[in-house]
Amino acid sequence: MIPYEIQILVAAFLFAIGLIGLLTRRNLIFMLMSVEIMMNAGAFAFVASGARWTQADGQVMFLFVLTVAAAEVAVALALLILMHKHFKTVDTNQLNSLKN
Amino acid sequence: MTQPIWILPALPFVGFLVLALAGRYLPKKGIAATGIGAIALSFLYALYLGTAFLSDPAHRMEFTLWEWIRIDSFVPSLSLSIDSLTYIFILVITGVGGLIHWYSAEYMAEEEGYARFFAYMNLFVGFMLTLVMASNLLVLYLGWEGVGLCSYLLIGFFYRDPANNYAARKAFIVTRIGDTALLIGLLLLIREFGTLDIQTISNNATSVLGANTALATAVALLLLGGAVGKSAQLPLQVWLPDAMAGPSPVSALIHAATMVTAGVYLVARTHALFILSPLAMQTVAIIGALTLLIAAISALFQYDIKRVLAYSTISQIGYMFLALGVGAWSAAIFHFVIHAFFKALLFLAAGAVILALHHEQNMFKMGGLYKKLPTIFWTFLIGSLSLAALPFISGGFFSKDSIIWYALASTNGNILLWTLATVGAFITSLYTFRMIFITFFGTEKTHVHYIPGKTMTIPLIVLAILTTFGGYIELPHNIAHVQLFSEFLSASLPAVSIKSTLPPEGILQLVVAILSLAGIGLAYQLYYKTEPTYKTSPVRQFFLQGWNFDKLYDTLFVRPFVWVSKTNASDAIDEVFDYVGLQLKKLGNTLAMSINGQINWYLASMVIGFIILIVFMIW
Repeated sequence: MIPYEIQILVAAFLFAIGLIGLLTRRNLIFMLMSVEIMMNAGAFAFVASGARWTQADGQVMFLFVLTVAAAEVAVALALLILMHKHFKTVDTNQLNSLKN
Repeated sequence: MTQPIWILPALPFVGFLVLALAGRYLPKKGIAATGIGAIALSFLYALYLGTAFLSDPAHRMEFTLWEWIRIDSFVPSLSLSIDSLTYIFILVITGVGGLIHWYSAEYMAEEEGYARFFAYMNLFVGFMLTLVMASNLLVLYLGWEGVGLCSYLLIGFFYRDPANNYAARKAFIVTRIGDTALLIGLLLLIREFGTLDIQTISNNATSVLGANTALATAVALLLLGGAVGKSAQLPLQVWLPDAMAGPSPVSALIHAATMVTAGVYLVARTHALFILSPLAMQTVAIIGALTLLIAAISALFQYDIKRVLAYSTISQIGYMFLALGVGAWSAAIFHFVIHAFFKALLFLAAGAVILALHHEQNMFKMGGLYKKLPTIFWTFLIGSLSLAALPFISGGFFSKDSIIWYALASTNGNILLWTLATVGAFITSLYTFRMIFITFFGTEKTHVHYIPGKTMTIPLIVLAILTTFGGYIELPHNIAHVQLFSEFLSASLPAVSIKSTLPPEGILQLVVAILSLAGIGLAYQLYYKTEPTYKTSPVRQFFLQGWNFDKLYDTLFVRPFVWVSKTNASDAIDEVFDYVGLQLKKLGNTLAMSINGQINWYLASMVIGFIILIVFMIW
């Protein structure tokens, strides 16, 4: 059995990868993927914790995260396609019309 | 049975409401009918009420509408009353006012704001009736401020020209100075009497204030301050010539016949207070005598026909104040009535001339109009004869003659007042006929493009008849014993007290009569024999500007005030608030730079903020 601390560290490591990807990438598709990684890191931490305290709640929460992630991807990808149609780009440096 | 006398002022107020709310949906005929009808009904009702006075001049009608305010023991009610003095004012206001409304129906036909005009005029008549019918001074003050408001609205009637708005503001502010004095006077009265009911005050004046005390003088002088402002007397006369910016019917109604005599009414109404203070009476007489002379001389140098009439109004009201000051109360009111007739007539006729010449007001550009506009000429001439006080054939003679006589004969009168009044009479006839000769004789300089119709000429004719025959109800007592007017007023106003030894009245009358004829003769020599031209010189300019009172006040009051305001606009306290405001604005600008539209920047900010939160929580 892998120690609980290691499991949490792996989750934190995954989360960090996602966060760095989110902050450094300019392409919205990659940013979306980074967000997915971060979500899975969180879900991983839930599962690990569920095993640690022998509670089913952690795995239930994982199912919820999966559902939310699926919905999020569906919406976000639709937005991305529309954005691409409209602006001909998915580069966040050029998508700055929120300014002012 | 109590008569519902509140109907008198209520009718014009209803007319105002109808015109103000529904005026834009009414056709022009409907507007004129509403405006004139409200005043005419009021006049007819006043005539009906007058039957009670025929048998008993001391008759008095009262009507209390409701309690207005309750402050401890001071409980003024909204109450109206009519006695013989008020009744005369009501007849003039609704009668002359009605004729002027009628005339306006044609005069204003081509102007925009037809309904607005009649609405304001009705509102004015309503407030003026409130003023004269008030049975307590607070209600009087309500009407007083109301007519001031209407005056402001109507002077600035042609609001597109900034000069008119300036004239309107000037009238409003200058009269407000007098109103402030009046208000302080009223507060003093409340302190002393605990009420503003005119009858209570009059009955208890001697016991509360005491004869010839400083308090009585202060009260009388403060009331006089209000009267001087409203009636355009020295030193607050500067607003009236500028008030001619309004349409001619407005000048006729407000700035000649009725509103400007509100000051005369106020002094006559509160005569019980003035009698207590010989000093205040003297002041009234001196103000009147000086004003009548100063304004008459100014009138001599004007080129604008309406300004001549404006200065002559100031001068004639000066005569009324002189009469009040020497205690000849009913003579002042008699001159008010005759003056209302002939001055309304003169202003309306002048308005007809101005309209006929396409808004030309400069007399030196008129000339030769007696052939083109015969009706206007004859009515104008009749009005002028009254103004110049031509003996026996004009109403003005009888009213002015008695004032000049009492200026000497009354116990308060003296030879100086008489001299000023007599010289004034000479100058009056001189400037009046200067106006006649320049306007109606000589060569024609501007083409007549419009002949006034019947709607305008009939009121002129009616006023001309009233002017001529109105004088015969009160004849000088050395000629015939006909004193209907002062007998009628005797119930409201005390009789004048006469000195015991006096020069023969007939000789003095002859002097005044000869002087007024001499004035006409001189005008004939100067302005008929030779073609008049308008000349300028520093002296003429001085009198044209009305003795430069405007410049004097500008230097003494307006500029220092503007200077103080400007200095105060950026004082030390202001600096502190300005500094705080400026720093906050800078901070805001700095923070606004963070809103740059970069999603990564937002995300990074979120992450940094989140990390900071976690760090704090763990601590």
